[in-house]
Amino acid sequence: MTHVAILGGGPAGLAAAQGALAAGARVSLLDEGDRLGGQFWRHHERLTDPRLQHGWHRFERLRDALARGDARVHVGASVWSAEATDLGVRLRAVVGAADADARTAVDVEADAVVVATGAHDLALPVPGWTLPGVTTAGAAQALAKRDGVAVGRRTVVSGAGPFLLPVAQSLALVGSDVVGVLEASRITALAAGWLPRPWELAGKAGEFLQYAGGLARHRIPYRTGSGVVRVLGDERVEGVVVAALDADWHPIVGTEREVACDAVALGHGFAPRLEAALALGCDLRGDHRGRFVVVDDAQRTTTAQVFAAGEVTGIAGADAALAEGAVAGFLAAGGALGDPRLRGPVTARRRARAFARRLERAHGIRPGWTAWVDDATIVCRCEAVTRRAIAERADVPLRAMRLATRAGLGPCQGRTCGRAVEAIVAEAGGAPASVGFDRRPVLAPVRIGEVAALAATDPAT
Amino acid sequence: MRVVVIGAGIIGAACALALVERGAEVVVVDRLGVAGETSSRCEGNLLVSDKAPGPEAALAIASNAMWRTLAGRLDADRRDGQPATEFEAKGGIVVAFPGGEAALERFAAAQRATGIRAETLDAAALASAEPHLSPEVAHAVRYPDDAQVQPSNATQALLAAAMRHGARLVVAEVTGPIGGPGRIAGVRTATGAIPADVVVNCAGPWSAEVASRLGARLDIRPRRGVILVTTPMPQRVFHKVYDSDYVGAVGSGDAALQTSIVVESTPGGTVLIGSSRERVGFDDRPGVAPAGAIAAKAVRLFPFLERTILLRSYFGFRPYAPDHLPVIGPDPEIAGLVHATGHEGAGIGLAPATAELVAHAVLDAPTDLDPTPFLPTRDGLRETA
Ligand SMILES: Cc1cc2nc3c(=O)[nH]c(=O)nc-3n(C[C@H](O)[C@H](O)[C@H](O)COP(=O)(O)OP(=O)(O)OC[C@H]3O[C@@H](n4cnc5c(N)ncnc54)[C@H](O)[C@@H]3O)c2cc1C
Ligand SMILES: Cc1cc2nc3c(=O)[nH]c(=O)nc-3n(C[C@H](O)[C@H](O)[C@H](O)COP(=O)(O)OP(=O)(O)OC[C@H]3O[C@@H](n4cnc5c(N)ncnc54)[C@H](O)[C@@H]3O)c2cc1C
Repeated sequence: MTHVAILGGGPAGLAAAQGALAAGARVSLLDEGDRLGGQFWRHHERLTDPRLQHGWHRFERLRDALARGDARVHVGASVWSAEATDLGVRLRAVVGAADADARTAVDVEADAVVVATGAHDLALPVPGWTLPGVTTAGAAQALAKRDGVAVGRRTVVSGAGPFLLPVAQSLALVGSDVVGVLEASRITALAAGWLPRPWELAGKAGEFLQYAGGLARHRIPYRTGSGVVRVLGDERVEGVVVAALDADWHPIVGTEREVACDAVALGHGFAPRLEAALALGCDLRGDHRGRFVVVDDAQRTTTAQVFAAGEVTGIAGADAALAEGAVAGFLAAGGALGDPRLRGPVTARRRARAFARRLERAHGIRPGWTAWVDDATIVCRCEAVTRRAIAERADVPLRAMRLATRAGLGPCQGRTCGRAVEAIVAEAGGAPASVGFDRRPVLAPVRIGEVAALAATDPAT
Repeated sequence: MRVVVIGAGIIGAACALALVERGAEVVVVDRLGVAGETSSRCEGNLLVSDKAPGPEAALAIASNAMWRTLAGRLDADRRDGQPATEFEAKGGIVVAFPGGEAALERFAAAQRATGIRAETLDAAALASAEPHLSPEVAHAVRYPDDAQVQPSNATQALLAAAMRHGARLVVAEVTGPIGGPGRIAGVRTATGAIPADVVVNCAGPWSAEVASRLGARLDIRPRRGVILVTTPMPQRVFHKVYDSDYVGAVGSGDAALQTSIVVESTPGGTVLIGSSRERVGFDDRPGVAPAGAIAAKAVRLFPFLERTILLRSYFGFRPYAPDHLPVIGPDPEIAGLVHATGHEGAGIGLAPATAELVAHAVLDAPTDLDPTPFLPTRDGLRETA
């Protein structure tokens, strides 16, 4: 019986598990979260307000499929190594809290793997963004959704993309006064992205109307072509400077105004978590503005027996993740793309990819943002590296720049700042790097002792 | 004299500085730019402790002394935005587990005879020097002259200094020679030709390929090494601490995975654990086997590492010659071509002395170093690796 490993238990991973089971495989699914659901269905059994969840029934059906089928589910399992082997793939994980006394090693050998590691949200640097009270929109959302906690009493939500809407809504529902949602893209970009071929948007339009209705109910203003260009405060956030942005996201001089608030949620887009795919040798496409795993119609990557689905292949939302996951799981298990059971997912995938193109046209990060970052702005927060330090070393290879400035060498390993650092390097005339900051051979934190244990058990060492 | 230096790693950068300071007109050509490869994928140990008596030890002792003045000079002349070399003479401690005491002491005694300072530590001295070391350790020797630099920054500083003296950097791949058979008159690159009187091959692990593009033969191969880096923590390792089982590993021709462990803290508070040796060509997917082997030995040395979090790992390819000695000097068949490569696991340490030998080969500059053991004409290079 084919054994399919699934890395990630968000919409893509769950749909992949269901697909692989349907095609007759045995499944092992690993996710570092304490609960299945990924970013989209992030929840807490008791604390989560059900009004914050979308498509919950779908989630329950997927979870049930796993429970009924021949599947082993490992939650709380950080996969720190992924290797393509002669026989297939091998994932190594540790289960248990970071500070637990003893954690268990989970070693999964499988015939194929579906990489469904999703994305994390991306906040571009803004002067003052290191002040307490500034979070990423995703962190604000997670706190609201999982713990029912608001990041502040008066919150400004700033960035780009439809994701800002549910964030504002969640904040309002957990009791924060949302001063405004500032969308960087101008109304013309939004129109170019969203107005043509409205029939493609069928379900999505309803979702947006629902969010827009939510904003209106809470009297939250939504402003386009606008963004936070500076965060004010001494010890913590006391306010922000908001400016109008042009089509390239350059702040327009003379439009700045101050807004009082005690929290800022920044979300300018998403960055896929590519390290597992890279460790497995998968090719990527794109550059620092957006890099994704290359897949074919079967969701096959360039590495044999490695499939990818969801946000790692393109930022297209949960529907795309579900559709791609279904295809990936089914094919990883040996099923055929022409199978009638895949007709639904394949259609949904086509629609969702059209949505992704719109998303990018309407909200994709524009290069002008670097104009609101001044020389002294800290870009790499872990190592407190300023824009000036990075720009001054832009002419050396990325590896040498990192070692000279320490940008991206801290605890987050460039997960937060990687794209911004690369953009600043590119703007200062540096040579483009093929995978930039995305290669991280250690996929998740692991103890030296846990790595050492391999030497005792693995005959290869 | 116009000189083209191929490679802007530590060797090319050091050679460029030595040549330009002695009056040559220097163009450094690198396909990536400064410190884009091995010299940013290694550790920066400037060691005498791991050298058995012989020509490499002599070179290492001389080079170690040169680094002390060179690093000071580079740091003093540094411009805004340029990183410091982070030179630190912290000293090394080599330890042996039960059974290894005699071998370590024999090795140290032989080194003392060549002028390497090697002080045997008693239990009390060891406990105060490295309080977190495993109680299992049976014997220890301190090498006060072992030092370190941040190798990438040191490379960048060397090249910056060379460029302040008038050297130029061209970012381009060298594809072939200018000039007829038996004599080189410059290099062809992807973006144009660069004429020169002498061409110096400092292409590290790619030196064999570069040599062959220039019509020469040179047996330099890559030997992969993996390094682990932990999350930052309060300092608990105070010297470079090595397991003496490396005695013998460097020279070994075995292709299989070997490890010899160095544990040390960096100024940033992380602990660096290196490293492995494997002959697997330029295979860029080390997998977990080397990490597992390194981690196991590191935990044996410092038990507290057991619960320390691994932050990242990286690997590089050491350039090595069949007889494991650097190759420095004129090519036997092509006039105008000089090699400076094959430094294996010691290129950072050996860079200043190598540069002096290259200046000697190219400009006939005076040197007290003996170039003979490293010449490309030596018999050892004709052995099969
Ligand atoms: C912070 C955040 C909040 C979001 N909120 C909303 C929202 O409210 N509404 C909305 O419509 N869309 C939201 N999105 C977008 C939506 O979540 C995605 O479209 C969808 O979740 C993508 O599904 P996926 O399966 O590709 O990835 P994900 O849902 O991100 O799932 C990936 C999973 O992989 C796991 N994983 C990754 N690496 C490892 C590893 N090394 N070891 C173990 N496990 C690993 C992660 O824990 C995660 O559970 C949000 C996205 C983010 C990043
Ligand atoms: C894991 C590990 C740990 C190490 N630890 C130490 C240590 O502690 N102390 C120590 O002294 N040494 C150490 N070393 C060894 C040291 O890193 C090397 O000896 C040294 O970096 C080699 O420098 P290089 O300049 O010869 O090569 P490189 O730094 O690789 O430079 C060669 C340059 O040539 C360029 N190049 C190649 N082909 C072409 C072409 N066709 N055209 C143009 N340019 C080209 C490349 O882009 C590259 O920049 C270690 C090595 C490894 C792998």
